[in-house]
Amino acid sequence: MARSKEIAPGVGRLSRSQVFARRGLYKGLKKTEKAAVEEPAATKEVTVGGEKNGGKRIVPTAKAPRFYPAEDVRQPKKSRKAPKPAKLRSSITPGSVLILLAGRFRGKRVVFLKQLASGLLLVTGPYKVNGVPLRRVNQAYVIATSTQVDLGDFKVDEKIDDAYFAKPSKKGSRSAEEEFFSEGKPKEKEAFPESKAADQKAVDAAIVAAVTKTEYLRKYLKSSWGLSKGQFPHQLVF
Amino acid sequence: MPDQPSNFKRFVEVGRVVLLKSGPQTGHIAVIAEIIDHNRAIIDGPTTGVPRQSFPYRHLTLTPFVLTKLPRAAGTGVIRKQLEKEGTIEKWNKSSWAQKREAIEKRRKLNDFERFAVMLAKKQRRDTVRKVVKKASA
Repeated sequence: MARSKEIAPGVGRLSRSQVFARRGLYKGLKKTEKAAVEEPAATKEVTVGGEKNGGKRIVPTAKAPRFYPAEDVRQPKKSRKAPKPAKLRSSITPGSVLILLAGRFRGKRVVFLKQLASGLLLVTGPYKVNGVPLRRVNQAYVIATSTQVDLGDFKVDEKIDDAYFAKPSKKGSRSAEEEFFSEGKPKEKEAFPESKAADQKAVDAAIVAAVTKTEYLRKYLKSSWGLSKGQFPHQLVF
Repeated sequence: MPDQPSNFKRFVEVGRVVLLKSGPQTGHIAVIAEIIDHNRAIIDGPTTGVPRQSFPYRHLTLTPFVLTKLPRAAGTGVIRKQLEKEGTIEKWNKSSWAQKREAIEKRRKLNDFERFAVMLAKKQRRDTVRKVVKKASA
């Protein structure tokens, strides 16, 4: 911390001795005590069979390698940096109508619900209106419009988080024979989980009720967005 | 040779009302108070928020309105008085030119949802017109 603020370039407000007094380094550096970590025992006692072996023996817990590597291999440096979740754009608030620009639903207008812990945006069509389900999108692939759906005090269920959208783990491996005969056949379609369908319905009910309050808003969400001749996105107001 | 009247109607002259095409007051109107040379004039718009300044003709458009009795190099106060006396600002605002500009400006400021609503309204109008025309021509 700069205690001596500069009054002119290169000229501090405080003298050298004043800075020394304020920094307080003469008191000694602060040290934090690390919690003692118990070292694992270097050796352990094992019982050995055989009459002439004496029954018990002390062996090292970690076996020494049988050979030393001939060449030194550099250990890659571990990075301690972790990406932070994206900051929500100020033009996006719960209830904002967004235009999706990428993916299967590009061009669709959707309602923003909330930002998830990963920084992705939770949106819904609503599914009933335009077929876009509860979905996560990156805010970089979205145009925020100034249109708002008044959600009131509607809160999205806490269980709808990033884990909710994770792919279910594959159960069991199929037998080789089964795999051989299934080649070329279209994949079996898995039924959409009923609990998720119910979640979608619950969210839709609240959103659709809010949407129908404004004239044309339902129609607006149902239609998709596009540019026509002579329209340039940087000149449009959204 | 007979004297032929000029085909030109709008001239750069003292008292000519002009529309600004650039600068911070783009789209405002002002009055030419004095002609500096063949490139610039002193313009002033006391009631339109344009401060007195020299302005190149390249960035001006002449309007059909003129202050008839403005003396050369009139000050801001005189120009204001003349503008109010002749009601030039109201005349400009009522002109189809100014109204079209306003309409374009309004359209440009619509947001996505409002543009959609305009599209619906236009569709509705087309539909009504089509039906009436069909009925009338049948």
